[in-house]
Amino acid sequence: MPQSSQFCTFYLDKLLFGVELKGIQEVIRSLISTDVPLAPNAVAGLMNLRGQIVTAIELRQRLALPPRASDVAPMNVVIRSEEGAVSLLVDAVGDVVEVDESTFEPPPDTLQGNVRNMILGVHKLPDRLMHVLDIERACRMTEEDEFSVVGH
Amino acid sequence: MSDGDIVQDFLVESYENLDRLDRDLIELERNPQDHDALAGVFRTIHTIKGTCGFLGFSKLEKVTHAGENLLSRLRDRQLVLTPEITTALLTMVDAVRQMLKTIESSGQDGDNDYPELRENLTRLQDPAHGGTPTPTHENCTARAELPENPTPDLSPSPTEARLTESTAASQPNEARTRDASAETIRVGVNLLDRLMTMVGELVLARNQLLQFTNSLEHSGLHAASQRLNLIATELQEQVMKTRMQPIGNLWSQYPRTVRDVALGCGKQVEIEMEGKDTELDKTIIESIKDPLTHLVRNAVDHGIEAPEARIKAGKPPAGRLLLRAYHEGGQVIIEISDDGAGLDLERIRAKGIARGLLDASQAAQMSERDLSHLIFVPGLSTAEQVTNVSGRGVGMDVVKTNIERIGGIVDVQSISGKGTTIRVKIPLTLAIIPALVVRCGGERYAIPQVNLLELVRLDGGPDSKGIEMVHGAPVYRLRGQLLPLVYLKRELQSGRQPMPSLGSTQQLAEDPSVSIVVLQADDRQFGLVVDEINDSQEIVVKPLRKQLNVAKTFAGSSIMGDGRVALILDVLGLARHANAVTGDRDHLEAEKAAARNESGERQTFLLFSGPDESRMAIPLSTVARLEEFPLSEVETSGSQWLVQYRGQILPLIRLDRVLDERRRTARTKRTLPPQNCEPLQVLVLNQHGRTVGLVVERILDIVEDSALIQSPATRAATLYSAVIGKRVTELLDIAAVLKAAERDSSQSGASISKAAAGAH
Repeated sequence: MPQSSQFCTFYLDKLLFGVELKGIQEVIRSLISTDVPLAPNAVAGLMNLRGQIVTAIELRQRLALPPRASDVAPMNVVIRSEEGAVSLLVDAVGDVVEVDESTFEPPPDTLQGNVRNMILGVHKLPDRLMHVLDIERACRMTEEDEFSVVGH
Repeated sequence: MSDGDIVQDFLVESYENLDRLDRDLIELERNPQDHDALAGVFRTIHTIKGTCGFLGFSKLEKVTHAGENLLSRLRDRQLVLTPEITTALLTMVDAVRQMLKTIESSGQDGDNDYPELRENLTRLQDPAHGGTPTPTHENCTARAELPENPTPDLSPSPTEARLTESTAASQPNEARTRDASAETIRVGVNLLDRLMTMVGELVLARNQLLQFTNSLEHSGLHAASQRLNLIATELQEQVMKTRMQPIGNLWSQYPRTVRDVALGCGKQVEIEMEGKDTELDKTIIESIKDPLTHLVRNAVDHGIEAPEARIKAGKPPAGRLLLRAYHEGGQVIIEISDDGAGLDLERIRAKGIARGLLDASQAAQMSERDLSHLIFVPGLSTAEQVTNVSGRGVGMDVVKTNIERIGGIVDVQSISGKGTTIRVKIPLTLAIIPALVVRCGGERYAIPQVNLLELVRLDGGPDSKGIEMVHGAPVYRLRGQLLPLVYLKRELQSGRQPMPSLGSTQQLAEDPSVSIVVLQADDRQFGLVVDEINDSQEIVVKPLRKQLNVAKTFAGSSIMGDGRVALILDVLGLARHANAVTGDRDHLEAEKAAARNESGERQTFLLFSGPDESRMAIPLSTVARLEEFPLSEVETSGSQWLVQYRGQILPLIRLDRVLDERRRTARTKRTLPPQNCEPLQVLVLNQHGRTVGLVVERILDIVEDSALIQSPATRAATLYSAVIGKRVTELLDIAAVLKAAERDSSQSGASISKAAAGAH
């Protein structure tokens, strides 16, 4: 049984995150997006990706991180999901890393709240920790999530 | 090919075969000598049985095996098809379908192996229970069936020949299969959707290229891009067509439905279909499936009379159900007509009164057409008996709602003793719709043209704009009617944000002109104020992700010519949202319910809250104007409040004094208005040449309602209580109010003169 898997890594507010490479459709620079009023806060807008309408999700907002500096254009990590593609807005994209199952650990109990649900755990890389994002959870915004004006 | 693929293919093929089985069995019942059809049925079941054995679905195999045995006796003419046998076979088809569903969802054929059904199938193999053996089977004729014609007795058979049983059974069918497989292939809908997307993208790329080439002087490039233009357009049309399906696909299940229902209620019904080839978008077919099925069942169960009643009425014992579909003006019309007794208008009338939907006088005045439309009101069923098919009073209203959801219209026409026709009018496709593009807050939004009534543009300063305020709720006088205005910009902000201060016209004054899109949501009109009206165009509708649907304000999204995404407004949702913001969330629902019973006289009421938060209304026609007076402007004469208004003195009537006798004594002392309150909300009334102002607590809304549910008045100066906008509302008796106010002021006037006399 192969125990290792490949992760695409990206940065959010100095934290290193990773999603499994096989779930990723593509990584692109920022596209023009259309605001969706009344949508959950984390919805950054809708983008036209070669005829496919993709929902952009601001991961910083989703993970309760401070907003990105306005002069930094986010990168889009486009994920294939059951309901079509979703783009995760991240600060920068890192390398593809291959990690072994043995380096994985669930999040510590001290990590609480909504964010805990979206982080499956961490892989202990030699020099730092890589947070493994639960894509399904991150893309699924329930009614409890707060609503407010987006992009104004 | 993996196991999963084999099972998937088996399922797809079997579902199709089962649909044909339904038709064939019904056909067979009408024409028991049609051995060709019988052989076809036998072979289908045999195929399913065989594949089940191969794939290891033993329970499904058992059931089909029992059916096959029975069918083989029929095929070998040891039995003749009786209705009982047909029913048993149809039940088996249902059971098989059920098991296939189980396989689809779980991969297994489930726990149920239908012992009773199998027993029944076995029992019927015995000629004593089933039919008697056919006396002769020498002169049997078999017909070569046309592939698309499962009802061969309707058309003359092309070849009638004596054939031996085996050849008759196999030959035409083999030919049929070969033809079909050579002409068609099975394509997943996903792939088609994907193709649609790609074509849409191609069209956009073409548009960009055209713009580019127009700026260049190169004839060769021009010619090439022109050709590309044509090809792309053609391609788009053709790809659109791949999503179209003939309505016959949907109808093919109805003979079976009709048979089952008719048998269940002891009726004889012949079903006829016209315009089977009429094509509709796949998504539309899906969404009209349930409503149409309901209408068909309803027609058999309610519309068509029992055979005895029909004979008595001089009609043939078998009723006729006609399904028609045809194109008209870019839409598809589907008619479901029966030749039954027609709607019993008297009973609808009685029922409407019994349910409190209308009172006797209204009911007496209603036209036949209006009465027949009452069947779409929830809770009204005219069936004397509740059957398992219909008559539970849910249904027609759901049918109406579902049809309207896809932008369709339902209409009913009924002639007493002659029959009922239900007409359903639906758009051809939902995938591409004409829409108006507007701009608001820097973004573009598309408004479906179906909801659009007209466009109004107001130029000039804020005063000449004609936008007035009903206590902060902006309205516009559109040909004398007050049109509530909804500011798109405000609606699209979060519900949590504080509303801009009520009644501030400054906010409106910023724009040099105002663009109002007059929209229809349900039976209600409102004006949507947008920044800019662009143009109307055909847009390709793409669904929004579920997570975004949290916002019910949008119906979908679309890609515009410049490649950017625009949201499509859901007009009904927007109207609801606008009401939600003002806190009258149920208003629209109530109006909808009231509007459905298109009965009686609908009146427009002005709703306001009176003293002690009581909800009150007066007919809007009695109100001349709505005004707001700051308290500083109010002057007093005795206990009478007055304001100077348009060069006149306007006496103000305080409702709290008029309505409540007990409190009046307590309050008469407080003749001066409190100085620190909000401005007064005043309804200016014109009554018999007198102009008075009625002071109310708050103006709530303007609604159109028929105020059908009424109860007698509970206090003086009110006419009655009625349900308006879903809530109990007191109707103010204006004449009584004026009289009471007169009395009041003359009393206080007397006290003034007394006081004056004392001063002297």
